Amino acid sequence: MNRKTLAAAFPHTIPVLMGYLSIGIVYGWMMSAAGFVPLWTALASVTVFAGSGQILGVDLLSRAAPLADIAFLTLVLNFRHLVYGLSMLEKFHDVKGLRKLYLIFSLTDETYALLSGVRPPEGVDAHDFYFTVSLLDHLYWIAGSVTGAVAGSLITINTEGIDFAMTALFLVIATEQWLSAERHLPALLGLGGTLLPLLLLGPDGAGFLIPALVILVGGLLLLRPVLEKPRRLEGGEGL
Amino acid sequence: MTTTQIAVSIAVMAAVTFLTRALPFLLFDRGAQPPKVIHYLGEYLPPAVMAMLVVYCYRSMTFDAAANWAPGVIAGITVVLLHIWKRNNMLSIVGGTILYMVLVQAVF
Repeated sequence: MNRKTLAAAFPHTIPVLMGYLSIGIVYGWMMSAAGFVPLWTALASVTVFAGSGQILGVDLLSRAAPLADIAFLTLVLNFRHLVYGLSMLEKFHDVKGLRKLYLIFSLTDETYALLSGVRPPEGVDAHDFYFTVSLLDHLYWIAGSVTGAVAGSLITINTEGIDFAMTALFLVIATEQWLSAERHLPALLGLGGTLLPLLLLGPDGAGFLIPALVILVGGLLLLRPVLEKPRRLEGGEGL
Repeated sequence: MTTTQIAVSIAVMAAVTFLTRALPFLLFDRGAQPPKVIHYLGEYLPPAVMAMLVVYCYRSMTFDAAANWAPGVIAGITVVLLHIWKRNNMLSIVGGTILYMVLVQAVF
């Protein structure tokens, strides 16, 4: 990475800087409120680097969830990354060695959005550019979350209820998906397909999530002919 | 939780997150075409999963006393309405969380 690459990459990352600093502060504060020292927050942000995954992690850590639950929920939440990887295959194809590993490791929603939408300027090595964007985003996330963790451990206000930020985050993502989706059937399937096993099995140990995921994936596979059918041109409210 | 438990839990999160990001490169980097069903699930599973996670967040809600459901429901509706109105992630998340904190600490 050189100064020229940095100068070319930095302006593109400013929106991510704003976003990661603020959501990172919320995350770090949640970790401190749940009783984890800032070092744990820093460790998670350096090694995991996934906003919603780490916020879900606060819930998992504070209820001392079994490792199998942690693995399962993290996998389900991060499934979308599979698709990001697929569309980055070509871009990253000729990147070599550790840098490629790092580009894959740091492929968050935001970095993915930047890398898929931005073209490196003339005279800047494309691989250097991708690497710099990814590294800057990672540093913003670490800075934001550690700031929040330290603030949360120093400022002693009553933080009861701050864990609602996880619910709020998922509601925001779900609302955003709903508003931009052409078809709402998948979201409705997710809602009904999770409520059913929850009502039957109860919330203890979050065991209802496994049958829920089976219903979701099975339901989507059954609905494939419906969902992949092109919508009629004259409009009409599609699902 | 012991120090080891916390460290191992974080390590599992890191490993699984990396795996979800690395899997396409492990499977398809040599030119094999990913099956269409992966693209299909990639498009439609995330909204279904997000609805599932919202239900997960509300899993322990009970209706025997207002304090057990009202703060979460009121703050949740506020988050959604704020988001439809302004489409600003931080405003919706921080606004809804502060409202929830006020509700659980001072109202219910």
